Amino acid sequence: MSDVSVDAKKSAPDKGPGDNTRRRFLTVATSVVGAVGVAGAAVPFIASWNPSAKAKAAGADVEVDISNIEPGQLIRVMWRSKPVWIVRRPPEMLDSLSDHAELLKDPESEAEQQPPFAKNPYRSLKEEYLVLVGICTHLGCSPQYLKNGAFEEIVQGVENGFFCPCHGSKFDMAGRVFQNVPAPLNLVVPPYQYVNDNTIIIGSTAQEA
Amino acid sequence: MKRLITLMAFFVPLWAAAAGSKVPLDEAPIDLTDKASLQRGAKIYMNYCSGCHSMKYQRYSRTFNDLGIPEELGEEYLQFTGDKVTDYMKRAMPTESASTWFGAAPPDLTLVARVRGVDWLYTYLRTFYVDKERPFGVNNKVFPDVGMPHALQALQGTPRETYEEVMVDGEMVERYAGIQSDGDGALSPEEYDEAVADLVNFLEYTGEPFRLQSEQIGKWVLVFILVLFVFVFLLKKDYWREVH
Amino acid sequence: MNGFLSWIEARIPLMRVANMHAIQYPAPRNMNFWYVFGFLATIVLVNQIITGIWLTMNYVPTAEGAFASVEYIMREIDYGWIIRYMHSTGASAFFIVVYMHMFRGMIYGSYQKPRELLWVFGMFIYLALMAEAFMGYVLPWGQMSYWGAQVIVSLFGAIPVIGPDLVIWLQGDYVISGATLNRFFALHVIALPLVIVILVFLHIIALHEVGSNNPDGVAIKHKKGSLSESEKTPYKIHEYYTEKYDIADDVVPFFPHIVLKDLVAFCIFLAAFTYIMFFAPEMGGKFLEHPNFEIANQLKTPEHIFPVWYFTPFYAILKAVPDKLFGVLAMFGAIAALFAMPWIDRGRVRSWRYRCGLHKVNLLLFAVVFVFLGYLGGTPQENWKIIASQIATVLYFGFFIALFLYSKNENTKPVPARIPR
Repeated sequence: MSDVSVDAKKSAPDKGPGDNTRRRFLTVATSVVGAVGVAGAAVPFIASWNPSAKAKAAGADVEVDISNIEPGQLIRVMWRSKPVWIVRRPPEMLDSLSDHAELLKDPESEAEQQPPFAKNPYRSLKEEYLVLVGICTHLGCSPQYLKNGAFEEIVQGVENGFFCPCHGSKFDMAGRVFQNVPAPLNLVVPPYQYVNDNTIIIGSTAQEA
Repeated sequence: MKRLITLMAFFVPLWAAAAGSKVPLDEAPIDLTDKASLQRGAKIYMNYCSGCHSMKYQRYSRTFNDLGIPEELGEEYLQFTGDKVTDYMKRAMPTESASTWFGAAPPDLTLVARVRGVDWLYTYLRTFYVDKERPFGVNNKVFPDVGMPHALQALQGTPRETYEEVMVDGEMVERYAGIQSDGDGALSPEEYDEAVADLVNFLEYTGEPFRLQSEQIGKWVLVFILVLFVFVFLLKKDYWREVH
Repeated sequence: MNGFLSWIEARIPLMRVANMHAIQYPAPRNMNFWYVFGFLATIVLVNQIITGIWLTMNYVPTAEGAFASVEYIMREIDYGWIIRYMHSTGASAFFIVVYMHMFRGMIYGSYQKPRELLWVFGMFIYLALMAEAFMGYVLPWGQMSYWGAQVIVSLFGAIPVIGPDLVIWLQGDYVISGATLNRFFALHVIALPLVIVILVFLHIIALHEVGSNNPDGVAIKHKKGSLSESEKTPYKIHEYYTEKYDIADDVVPFFPHIVLKDLVAFCIFLAAFTYIMFFAPEMGGKFLEHPNFEIANQLKTPEHIFPVWYFTPFYAILKAVPDKLFGVLAMFGAIAALFAMPWIDRGRVRSWRYRCGLHKVNLLLFAVVFVFLGYLGGTPQENWKIIASQIATVLYFGFFIALFLYSKNENTKPVPARIPR
């Protein structure tokens, strides 16, 4: 020990008898395996933030009987803890949808706010029944349904529509947003399908099921 | 009837105190990987237990999925309440009437296998015997003075204690020699034991429904740790070689 | 990049602290496997904190909701059972590594001058850990949670005069109830973890001030100027240590040498931990007791009540004394005696390697007695166990008395000046 010169000793731990390629390989390999381990250990923690079985059960498809809805009536059902509106639109309401295209931001429903089957002038599977998620695309309030001319006070010449009391956004009877309001997009049409003429299921489309 | 209820209300709190016993437990021949056995167990549970007992932490849908039962079939044949398939497996009977009939609400069975152990359950369900003194006309070997009727009697038949005479210190003594059915049940003694094993298997499953998944993941984690160990060990060796 | 780092370093000394405490810290090169348990305890602490945070996200701290919320975590949250079992297995693992860590300190005299405060901080960590574990065990609100809490809180009732009122005050009710659960929850998830983390920090600061002990109990720091250049360590050691002392060629730097050694131990530990967690999380009813899978019932005591295994040695001492007050005093005395180790041991030689044969026998007997007490406290009472636990209790305290007596004029072996090669 004592016959080793000070300088040689100082550098000994760095050079060492070990061969550096081996050490470098082992360092890299250990780091990589260790990183994989950390990533693996993180999986349960990240996955645990997914909706739980309870949330999924609460968010399951909802079956709605639509046989008793009067013309012009709106019913609300809960789907994934969100209000979903179903409106039975009488023929005059459907006819009036084409009257005010120039007032709308997205009259052709170009933005993907609806499943492909609802990208039509009525934004619905069957013309008569409108199905919408009743949450304003601005900041999440639930708009009011103004009918039988009550909407005329909001937009002249349009008899029926939805008006959001929080920030004044306006939508027509297909859930299309008017211009010059804070809401950027049309109301969302959820995935749904008809089981028969009287029953619809909200939450899945015909292809999925 | 009223007297019966009062009597039971008096005895039920003694459940726990009486739960200890000297009857040796039989080993439950169960296998969580045996899906067919679990399905049979689920069927027995739904038919004979779910009327009075709840499984309030377990959903039908999970049970059906884990056991490989298609949901439609499960809903049709195994779900007797009007619940949705995603609901918890609550008992059919309202809790209040259960409390009235039995003196205390029958316990939830989701975790019963973790509380009692499978061997206890397997023995318990096979050692009911006729005892006219008891309110339900039956008593139990591992759970003396149990406050539960013999729910599986239709399967087992009327169970009776048997005794054999044995010589102890030069004297003939009667000794308990097991339970025997009168043979008026739907199953033979062997079939009954198998049915109980299936039921206990199912209860073991509901106690820890992720048991198999856990062991599956655990194996891979252990393999990974071994790999990590090899690299860390070699690197440590490399650095420490110069020290010694 | 370098510019950025030195900009930061000039404002907060991150690299300096890292170098001082985690990289260029001089560690004796003869530290054996007994020295990995401090590192492992830190790892388990981190595990408990992270999994604990995640459990809090879904746990409901009410008498009505607690039990169901634990089952909810286990069944309905994706991989919730992994997180819960990591936490429950971690609790027991914590005590395993801490007991090993403490016994290491005892056999190598790590509590002796100048490490008295280091030991006392460690004992405070142990105490806080026991409180933390006890309150954590109440949270699932199973039968053992409830009745275990009942028994432990009742201990305070043994205190003369104020005892009964104190118990009611601690419970916030006339029995253990939702109010008790709420305060235990607050203490378990906020107050005690904070205390433990601060104590661990102080423990490490104290350790690095006095330096790590080693299996030979030989100092590695020598008076400045007392070592020749060739006797000094060739490794890069932080000035904080080399300014004040000459560091002998008996050390390795903490990084990478000690870290790698600890990581090897960590892998072995992790394998055992993983095995238990994935294959036997109940550990035969020791880590998770069977009656605790039944919801707390104020009208029905389980047949046998035991604390979890890590409390059972002290529980056995409590049961061994046939008087409530003296039983409680004996139990707390058993812990207090450990606190006093630095002053009970009057010897100057640290490691049992160089101490008298009686000391080795005494230490090993103590370990056996401790384990035996644990067995007695965790199994149903039988007649022979009463007398056995009384003998074991006497032996437990006998360890300290004997140590106090023979350490004064002990016949020790000569201790080398440097760590033997």
